Amino acid sequence: MKGDIRKTADERGDERVGEALRLDGNAAAGLLSEIFVPDLTAAPVTCAYCGAIRALGALLVYAHGMGPVIRCPECGAVVLRVARIRNQLWLDPTGTRLVVMPEAAAPSGHQTHK
Amino acid sequence: MSSDTLVTREPRGSSVPSRAPKIAWRLATVVDVVTETPRARTLVLDVPDWPGHRAGQHVDVRLTADDGYQAQRSFSIASAPEDVRIALTVQRLDDGEVSPHLTDVLRAGDRLELRGPIGGYFAWEAALGGPLLLVAGGSGIVPLMAMLRHRATALVAASMQARHGVPARLLYSARRWDDVFYRRELARLAEDDEALEVALTLTHEVPSGWTGFRRLIDRMMLAEIAWPPGERPQVFVCGPTPLVEAVAAALVELGHDPALVKTERFGPTGGSA
Amino acid sequence: MAESFISRGFRGRRQPSATAGRLPPGQYETSDFPVLSAGPTPRTPLTSWDFVLRGADGSVARWSWDEFQALPHVAIKLDIHCVSKWSKLDTIWEGVSVDTLLAEAAARGVKSAPYVLALSDGGYTTNLPLADVTGGKAWVAVNYDGAPLAPEHGGPARLLVPHLYFWKSAKWARQLRFMEHDKAGFWESFGYHNYGDPWREQRYTGDP
Repeated sequence: MKGDIRKTADERGDERVGEALRLDGNAAAGLLSEIFVPDLTAAPVTCAYCGAIRALGALLVYAHGMGPVIRCPECGAVVLRVARIRNQLWLDPTGTRLVVMPEAAAPSGHQTHK
Repeated sequence: MSSDTLVTREPRGSSVPSRAPKIAWRLATVVDVVTETPRARTLVLDVPDWPGHRAGQHVDVRLTADDGYQAQRSFSIASAPEDVRIALTVQRLDDGEVSPHLTDVLRAGDRLELRGPIGGYFAWEAALGGPLLLVAGGSGIVPLMAMLRHRATALVAASMQARHGVPARLLYSARRWDDVFYRRELARLAEDDEALEVALTLTHEVPSGWTGFRRLIDRMMLAEIAWPPGERPQVFVCGPTPLVEAVAAALVELGHDPALVKTERFGPTGGSA
Repeated sequence: MAESFISRGFRGRRQPSATAGRLPPGQYETSDFPVLSAGPTPRTPLTSWDFVLRGADGSVARWSWDEFQALPHVAIKLDIHCVSKWSKLDTIWEGVSVDTLLAEAAARGVKSAPYVLALSDGGYTTNLPLADVTGGKAWVAVNYDGAPLAPEHGGPARLLVPHLYFWKSAKWARQLRFMEHDKAGFWESFGYHNYGDPWREQRYTGDP
């Protein structure tokens, strides 16, 4: 958890409105569920620019009405973006080299309970 | 959730469906609207064909006006997976578009459009073990409460040894005593279970006689509350973005493995607008 | 949901407006100024900030912050229309007209070309025809509502092109690059309309 995150923590005395608004991959999960059936937030995503690997839920999400822009917390590059264009969902995965689907194909909610 | 609404569901089988359904919008029915604090309400909902959820997950709620205008926001599920009904705790933001409708207008018998459960990254179940460290800022307590409720239910029949196998600590920051959600339930859970500790910090105003923390969560407070990094606790941090980022950074500075520190940012105020 | 469900008692944030005639189709008026970004707020110190006009041949006209502030500034009042459906009316700005920048650049031998790409700190880009940033249609703004433009709203300087959807008004603008051929920017290459006229509701690629 370096880069942007640490900088925000150091600069907390200031009003950092832009940063305070950012979310994380959890916020994009609902929209992504319209494209992908398995939940992706636990899936490891590789940043194509710096190679950092993080669960999608740990990526930074800038959501502002035009479609979430999902960025690498290490280098800030755009890893993924999703937009609802009329009645279609567009996904731009050019910032990621690899997304590993979680092993279980069951959607979130179907879990074995002890 | 009072104990008389606690109805346990059958454990799910381990078979994987051959074609998993997409998360669809459903119409839930409001069973009850419970006052938690002056600004927060818990909506108790019956959701037809609810597939179940994991503690920590959320739903998307969508409101539609008669001219077709729609607004959508995410809300964490407060109830344990073991409950048949789902509960959402919503804090009203005065200039919010969705939250005032949910806290002030919605009533029992109304229907509410939602989809879920969403999000598998920020989720915990007892099978994942502990120690479990939960850090909440404001309404960030909601998904963490689902985890504590699940933990209590999962361990209710277990031995004291089993409970100590999944020790849990909650550090919960709120502005004032009146803003603390689930006050009595948290006190009761902690009282009934030696392996659960709850620490509150009030940042704006404290009641007379207050002996708890009275400042923003900082590295020193975390060092005091958290297990040593060597214990490898699973950590879940939820609340306003600035708090979440500061807490996560501090925990990593204290030596906790970043891979074990999971975060859910709620945005600037921590509430849902 | 097959049939549309209506939430009893929900009106949303929109106000019925006496200004409805000033709103393009599909827009709702807001009185706040939402902070909406595709990335973290850049924090370029004024001492290292510059603004560049770059010709298609690579020739460059550059202004430091002090030089930029010495150019003639104008005050403008304009309406903002964001593609995400909110509009804010009668906003007040101060800045340098792009016409002024073009004239100054031409005097230094930097020639324009039919297309412009605006480039911002943080990597954002947006493209426009030259005709849409000339003739009094565009500014590089440094003040909003009587005060220096705040970083979260695009400060120190942002492009303003109010006759198009507001994603064309690039925040943290640093360069206008002239091009012989059009090149799609950040949103134009990802489903949003290449031109973006709110009065014809040109939100998405393929909208007439």
